[in-house]
Amino acid sequence: MKKTLSLLLAALIFALLLSGCGSSDKLTLNVYNWGEYISDGSEDSFHTIREFETWYEATYGQKLKVNYDTYASNEDMYNKISSGAVSYDVIIPSDYMIARMREENMLLPLDFSNIPNYQYIDAGFHGLYYDPDDQYTVPYTYGVVGIIYNANIVDEADAQGWDLMWNPKYAGNILQFNNSRDAFATAQYRLGLDVNDTDRAKWDAALSELKTQAPLVKSYVMDEVFNMMESGEAAVAPYYAGDYFTMLDAQADNIDLRFYYPDPTNYFVDAMCIPSCCQNKELAEIFINYMLSAEPAIANAEYISYASPNALVYEDAGYLEDIGPEAAAILYPGLEDFSARYNQYAFRNLDSETLNYVNSLWENLKIA
Amino acid sequence: MKPASKVFTALIMIFLFAPIVILLVFSFNEAKSLSVFSGFSLYWYRELFRDSETLNAVKNTLLLAVCAAAISTVMGTAAAVGINKLRSRYLHAVMDTVTNIPMINPEIITGISLMLMFVFVGRLFGAATSLSFWTLLIAHVTFCLPYVILQVLPKLQQMDQSLPEAAMDLGCTPLRAFLKVEIPEILPGVITGMIMAFTLSLDDFVISYFTTGNGFQTLPIRIYNMTKKTVTPKMYALATIIFFVILALLLVSNLSDSDGSQTIKAAKQKRQKHSMKNHA
Repeated sequence: MKKTLSLLLAALIFALLLSGCGSSDKLTLNVYNWGEYISDGSEDSFHTIREFETWYEATYGQKLKVNYDTYASNEDMYNKISSGAVSYDVIIPSDYMIARMREENMLLPLDFSNIPNYQYIDAGFHGLYYDPDDQYTVPYTYGVVGIIYNANIVDEADAQGWDLMWNPKYAGNILQFNNSRDAFATAQYRLGLDVNDTDRAKWDAALSELKTQAPLVKSYVMDEVFNMMESGEAAVAPYYAGDYFTMLDAQADNIDLRFYYPDPTNYFVDAMCIPSCCQNKELAEIFINYMLSAEPAIANAEYISYASPNALVYEDAGYLEDIGPEAAAILYPGLEDFSARYNQYAFRNLDSETLNYVNSLWENLKIA
Repeated sequence: MKPASKVFTALIMIFLFAPIVILLVFSFNEAKSLSVFSGFSLYWYRELFRDSETLNAVKNTLLLAVCAAAISTVMGTAAAVGINKLRSRYLHAVMDTVTNIPMINPEIITGISLMLMFVFVGRLFGAATSLSFWTLLIAHVTFCLPYVILQVLPKLQQMDQSLPEAAMDLGCTPLRAFLKVEIPEILPGVITGMIMAFTLSLDDFVISYFTTGNGFQTLPIRIYNMTKKTVTPKMYALATIIFFVILALLLVSNLSDSDGSQTIKAAKQKRQKHSMKNHA
């Protein structure tokens, strides 16, 4: 028994080592993206990475291997790259992290002659604060915070603005973000304050608003929002439009989830960029350009279910038909003044002193 | 059993197994929901086997665990033999402490310090990227090693020291005496050490997270990174499969073990009868 076991193990090691040593010196591209943030062939979808490898070999006649790795948060990605231990050619961080990396000279300016598909990016996504001269980034997805509610419990008449989250009628049914900036933002938008203010008095005002809300809140959540809304444990929650569709797909029988945008609200953009540790910049630009072409861009938008800033996606008849008119109306609420609204309402990096102050207020709220 | 202890045992069983049962049940859920069961289906199992990234992560994890277990078993056994031969009590204590450090050290500190060391050494040699499969393997061997030593050392101490001496007296070379006499004596410890190293490597997240490089993600890292969106029931299916494979391995090893101990017992009884007869 033991002999066969050890023989088996030895054979397994040998086989695995052989399979691992098959690589020769072919071209490699290292991509670092959020988990579950690319169409990966599941549920009969488009396998973006494999298709890119095939496409590249067919176009340039050279074998290419893409190392595709994932991260769980912007901070994880930042730490890994700034340690200098790894090198990636393409990364897809969120706006505030892009601003930080740009300030720290961790990004390379893009050569847009290698990215002709950039022309399809909506003009509303030019000149966003994290990249005012459009030198470093190509937007991948964007999202808008809205309020999700269960229409079987919430009256249609109450479903308006941020007030729904402060409505005592739904005490014990309301969820709030478990993250200082997102939670404070709901109060700040309600009060008409600037989310990037450095004035402490304004933050104190937002805190007292959150404190009046606290007795009504069932719990402070992030990912748990999916299960709690799908199963009807809670009836009101702020979250991103794209994630609303995930909940809608999985809602229980007696739940009727609906969605609306309060005004003003929060926006985020995740964009593709090239970090300064990049080993093959031209190849990285070819990959970014490929990601903007119709087939992968549509597949990714459908897989992620966030909105795409790419005209090849949001003007594609097949895509609009697939997601349906209601989803299209929610995901694409009109882009005309996107950059103006975005630059006014989106989160920016706070200076460390303000950030510490906000975090201390947040702890104060959670302890009380 | 008293009623109170029965209730207590039942409670413990519930706490231990309820999460696994829930996971198992929802892996067969038809819908995507993780909270509402809408019908039996093998859909998520089919999806799992078509998810090449996850399967690749499983392959990576197994490759790493097998390599780490094999290397740390060989190194750990050798180290245990060496430590056992140390004459000086002082040196023995020093070695014990040193081997215990990776075990007692919080994982996050081991992970970060290993990463810093790899980056430092990588820079010395002018490498652009210092982390790879190999650094991950070194890290895993590092934290598996003490567990192997800890399993083998007591077996060596229990062994009758005159056995290898007798073998050499009868003409064995030291190497032959080690292979033919000492190894069979300590084998149970070696195997337990290897299994421990394998399972530790299999489910390590923290240290792997800091020491893995481009293009080599293990399963725990992949699952952790799914938290931007929700974890799909695919992962429930994967966890169910892993659970049953490990259960089967456990059953096989326990059954073969009890067989082994029974044959030993039987042999002992036979020997006793034999000697009794001789005495008579």
